Amino acid sequence: MKELTLETLIAVFQEIFGAALFWTMVAVAIIITLAFIFVLIRDRSIEGRYLARAELSAPVGAIAAILFVQYMTNSGFSDIGGPIDIIVLLGTGVAGAGGLIFLAYVVQAFMRQPDKDGY
Amino acid sequence: MTEPDRIALSRRGFLGMAAGGMALAGVTAGPARAQRIKTQAKIVILGAGAAGTAMANRLVERLDGAKITIVDGRKRHLYQPGFTLIASGLKPANYSVSSTAEWLPNGVEWIEEAAAEIDPEANRIVTTGGKTVAYDFLILATGLKLDWDAIEGFDMNLVGTNGIGAVYAGPEQAHATWGAMDRFTDEGGKAVFYRPATEMKCAGAPLKYTFLTDDYARRKGSRGRVEIHYAAHNKSFFSVPIVNEKVRMLFDDRGVKPCFDHVLKAIDPGKKILTFATPEGEQEMDYDFTNVIPPMVAPDVLRNSPLPWQDGPWVNEGWAEVDKETLRHARYSNVFAVGDCAGVPKGKTAASVKWQVPVAEDHLVADIEGKLSPAAYNGYTSCPMITRVGRAMLVEFDYKNNLTPSFPGVIAPLEELWISWLMKEVALKATYNAMLRGKA
Repeated sequence: MKELTLETLIAVFQEIFGAALFWTMVAVAIIITLAFIFVLIRDRSIEGRYLARAELSAPVGAIAAILFVQYMTNSGFSDIGGPIDIIVLLGTGVAGAGGLIFLAYVVQAFMRQPDKDGY
Repeated sequence: MTEPDRIALSRRGFLGMAAGGMALAGVTAGPARAQRIKTQAKIVILGAGAAGTAMANRLVERLDGAKITIVDGRKRHLYQPGFTLIASGLKPANYSVSSTAEWLPNGVEWIEEAAAEIDPEANRIVTTGGKTVAYDFLILATGLKLDWDAIEGFDMNLVGTNGIGAVYAGPEQAHATWGAMDRFTDEGGKAVFYRPATEMKCAGAPLKYTFLTDDYARRKGSRGRVEIHYAAHNKSFFSVPIVNEKVRMLFDDRGVKPCFDHVLKAIDPGKKILTFATPEGEQEMDYDFTNVIPPMVAPDVLRNSPLPWQDGPWVNEGWAEVDKETLRHARYSNVFAVGDCAGVPKGKTAASVKWQVPVAEDHLVADIEGKLSPAAYNGYTSCPMITRVGRAMLVEFDYKNNLTPSFPGVIAPLEELWISWLMKEVALKATYNAMLRGKA
């Protein structure tokens, strides 16, 4: 690849997931991010208890992301052939974990019961 | 709720975090383009495949006022690197198919006919419909001709039956080949693979398909009933010595039985016998599954013109006689050749096209400006050599047979890796499409 541009990257991801699924995932990611920003502004803080609970979902997100990428690319764990493959696998896992933490945090923040939380 | 559980965050702090995140993403916008050059030049591009289309899109960006004509009778654009994936049952036949029209830029005239005649003395071409088009600059991007007639007994209608595959023939035939390979790896028997003795498109593809057949037999548990032979056309499997040695080791590991100096001459689909020309005379081999690959030559329109090499090893193959670094024709300085039809020692691949087109483009634009271009093509080509479903080696090399890894120290060129498979399976088509649009 001679030069890595945003356009090329978007084209690559569209190719991996198909245009419809890719843009749906982008939309979902944007909605979750906006929702996160919304609760941050609303609460003016990160709620530690929500964060701790959200972090429990991280392994689920990591494993789901890895299995999803393997399914989409006709490959599996036995295809790991060198250090860079492990790095890519871990990167995929971290992305999945991060995504689900955000989602879980936002869901909890929206579902919070002001009375019980005392504010 | 106690205070320490809450991590206070000021609005300024939050904005800072957001900016940091964007910086970490670290993705650049496209490079700024130089100002377009005003010109009245008439440019004719023969062929709207990978090279011709990429060239058209790039020239439209570089030139203002040029009359660019692209000549090609084919309505379908074929993503040829996808054929191996189709023939492995991983992608449907339409994975490789798009339309010629969708890739061509505005401001280019497309003549939907093939070229029938090239007259470089008079600076004009004639189409099959009898249209004469004059040019100031000619870009040869005709691709090549698969010479099926050179294989006695071969019948395209038999592909997919009688254990006959033909991955190169097109997406439908690649799909039919998958049907034949799928049945073969269920039933077992003897598979025979080989390559032609001419220059060829993607010299790694015959090897990939050998590895994939082995892999399917292993996955299905039928490898014990499957015999796999690879008949090399000379004394090596691959022209780059260091890669050849790696392939030799992998074939040894996978139980692929090699033989050398075998060039396919004929096939008898009824008796299932292949006939090879060898230094010891004709040799027959029986088969239950095979991937027929014919000799490859320049298209007739190029071979019948004054443009091919007049001496040397390629006289009978008809490739355009161009300088291997500038891709400019040796005898007609306003003619360039890019892609498969170029008579250069390496690289009839889409990866070569990607590196050749900007070089020829730059020399052409420099001619218009009355300048000299320093651009040179070093023979770079790449081959994501699939060694099984899920793994590949990202082999990249140049004219000197040097390995030229794009990601040195990160993606080892001669190691079977998952990331190289990911590149072949998902990133390559996107990069190819970006190249067609002149963006990569």
